[in-house]
Amino acid sequence: MAAMTTTTARAGGRADRASSRVQTFLSRHGGMMPTFAAALILVLLFIGAEAFLRGDFIKPLTISNLLINNAYLLVLAVGMTFVILTGGIDLSVGSVMAFTGMLGAKLLADGLPVAIAIPAMLLGGAAIGLFIGILVQYFGVQPFIASLAGLFLGRGLAFIVSLNSIKVEDPAVLWLQSTRWKLGDWVVTPTGIIALATVAIAAFVLHLTRFGRTIYAIGGSEQSARLMGLKVGRAKVGAYVISGTCAGLAGLLLTAYANSSYPRNGIGTELDAIAAVVIGGTLLTGGRGYVLGSMIGVFVYGTIKTIINFMGAEQAWMQIIVGALLLLFIVVQRAIVARAEGRR
Amino acid sequence: MLEVTGATVRFGADAALRDVDFRLFPGEVHSLMGENGAGKSTLIKAITGALALDEGVLVLAGETVTFRDPHAAQAAGIGTVYQEIELLPNLSVAENICLGREPRRGGVISARAMNTRAHEILLDLGLDLDPASTLGTHSLAVQQLVAIARAISADVRVLVLDEPTSSLDLDEVAELFRIIRELKTRGVAILFVSHFLDQVYEICDRVTVLRDGELVGEYLTRELLRIDLVQKMLGRGASELKSRDRLADDEPDAAVVLRARGVSSARGITEADVDLGEGEVLGVAGLLGSGRTSLARALTGVNRLESGVIRIESRPVRLDSPRRAMSLGVVYSSEDRRRDGIVAELSVLDNITLALQSERGVLRQIPAARRRELAASWVEALDIRPPDLDRPAGTLSGGNQQKVLLARLLALSPRVLVLDEPTRGIDVGAKVEIQNLVGELADNGMSVVFISAELEEVLRVGDRVAVVRDGRVVRIAAAVELTADSLLALVAQPDEDEE
Repeated sequence: MAAMTTTTARAGGRADRASSRVQTFLSRHGGMMPTFAAALILVLLFIGAEAFLRGDFIKPLTISNLLINNAYLLVLAVGMTFVILTGGIDLSVGSVMAFTGMLGAKLLADGLPVAIAIPAMLLGGAAIGLFIGILVQYFGVQPFIASLAGLFLGRGLAFIVSLNSIKVEDPAVLWLQSTRWKLGDWVVTPTGIIALATVAIAAFVLHLTRFGRTIYAIGGSEQSARLMGLKVGRAKVGAYVISGTCAGLAGLLLTAYANSSYPRNGIGTELDAIAAVVIGGTLLTGGRGYVLGSMIGVFVYGTIKTIINFMGAEQAWMQIIVGALLLLFIVVQRAIVARAEGRR
Repeated sequence: MLEVTGATVRFGADAALRDVDFRLFPGEVHSLMGENGAGKSTLIKAITGALALDEGVLVLAGETVTFRDPHAAQAAGIGTVYQEIELLPNLSVAENICLGREPRRGGVISARAMNTRAHEILLDLGLDLDPASTLGTHSLAVQQLVAIARAISADVRVLVLDEPTSSLDLDEVAELFRIIRELKTRGVAILFVSHFLDQVYEICDRVTVLRDGELVGEYLTRELLRIDLVQKMLGRGASELKSRDRLADDEPDAAVVLRARGVSSARGITEADVDLGEGEVLGVAGLLGSGRTSLARALTGVNRLESGVIRIESRPVRLDSPRRAMSLGVVYSSEDRRRDGIVAELSVLDNITLALQSERGVLRQIPAARRRELAASWVEALDIRPPDLDRPAGTLSGGNQQKVLLARLLALSPRVLVLDEPTRGIDVGAKVEIQNLVGELADNGMSVVFISAELEEVLRVGDRVAVVRDGRVVRIAAAVELTADSLLALVAQPDEDEE
């Protein structure tokens, strides 16, 4: 009973050994399957687009742009991954991104230096995240409702800052987007680097710190995590603070991208971020998923958008395709969860 | 090693635990025995820090301690393995063992060191598992052993095992016992809670019996006869009952309303044969976990049958949902009133008419006046107090809540009423009223299955008594042929009296 893999390995034979290796892999990394599926879809999308556009798609520039154009979404998706891993949801990120963008732009327009404006943006996002986290953890409010309150709060604050678009002329902020570092035909902007760094830091935190493992533990079973003596409350609030901070950072990236800030930015972007996370293989019930998967999810999303732009088709198709993919992935996830429960 | 004195825990006005003393010795396996509501789990929670004592002292290795949370108890050397495996199926085996005290270097978890340590602990228990594999991919038994590995990986002095064997098969239980004996030799004090008497007698040195939140006594297992233990657990209490004409035969002579043959359901009841005559009360006696509840659930469509046939008035029926069973006139009242029965927030009126309305469907609303009339008549008939239809049902006493539930089922005019511990946790007066009511219903031609942990109650109420043990109906006999003592012997003893 105890050592199934070992027994099969001992049985000898190359085929057996290979199958036992597959078994070991599956027993260790079975949770990665949806993420592999997302990567596969991304590859298929690339190949499909390449074939359809007669070799005009897989070029360093197109792929570089995928990162540059979606840097803000990637950062949002990273924050969202933390929250979804705990089994929660954060609907506020789109409007928090708008608010922090407006806040930063306003502070810069009032002549304050970047050294104050950027920390203020991050802190503003973190504060709204903290508010949502406290509502969820200590007042027992459903994450959906608590973050909906955050959504309205963020949007309202964005309009309070200004009803109109604010132009950003600060050279440091503009530098984030206008600088092009080149390696051959590959291009990257500081915003792209920031987004990639966010992914790397998040992956590190989630996999190699106790805080990160507690996030996964909460998603597995909050009750068990508490009985195991893990600091559940702190980690849960922390997930929302991280999501809020990421929204603040996304506000900065989007402002740099557009050279300006507009209070109606990011309406519905929270749903794009959730879609990217889910497509990337993170279970909405929590506990399973990878931040790298979310990155793949963002690229799938970005690729579909690019293809539709190339084809000159209606943008509405974008939403239909993303919706269909989302449905597909949730069905796949249900199947995985059902199988896991069947085995227990 | 651990001593609890004068432990009292209250929930609102009710005391779940009253002035209980309890001792655990190093290198000894101690069992805590008692029926539902005896206070076992409350005491365990108090020991493991999940619950605070309202009164009383906890002394661990000579020091008085109070635990703020389970973490504090763990830190003090009290490891716990819960009945429902409280682990994380989405994380690796090693993480499940080590998380919370995993090897770190500068805040960074070293996966390799963690896997090595987990592997050592597992090998120590004689388990060769891949520590990096995901816990959820293993069987429940392996998960249970991983939970034990976690509990002993810290410097554990007291190990609490709360029903660890309920999901294990025989070989797995043997494996667990091997580990328990190993830990015993290391001087760990082990609290082993199980409702399987065989296992208690096999592994435990000492047993403490609780009943209704009070201490019955502490005994050495080898000096306590099995039958005495069961008697201490179940207790005795006489109360009045209106006499009613008994059906004295082994077989129901009236028309058989419900006939079950070879009924088995997953993890519960095996190959049960039950006949239920018109106007008959079939008492079901058995210990907690014997399959008495599984039997009730199998008969009423709550649990799906794996095999077997149920006939109602000699027509075979498929009871695949409670709703289907209800439409055939078979209704079930759960043993857990609060969780599976009463909707505490709704009024008495709504609670009574709930099932009837749901049977009629949402499109055929019962007129409000008719509902009120109906509910009022039941409140009067069953003497539900206070007779206030608009009061939230949750504010009623346990006995009155039970009556509301009965009224809900009776409003459906069922042919077969299955009551699972309808008198649990309610006061004596209400108990007698419910017993009398069951008798009256049967006199009016209704067939009743009456499950109770109290043997004397089963004997008083039932025309015939079915004894359930280890998931099997081991004996069905007329109540008049049994005495409390002979029934006790049937309930307690395995391998004898099988005829």
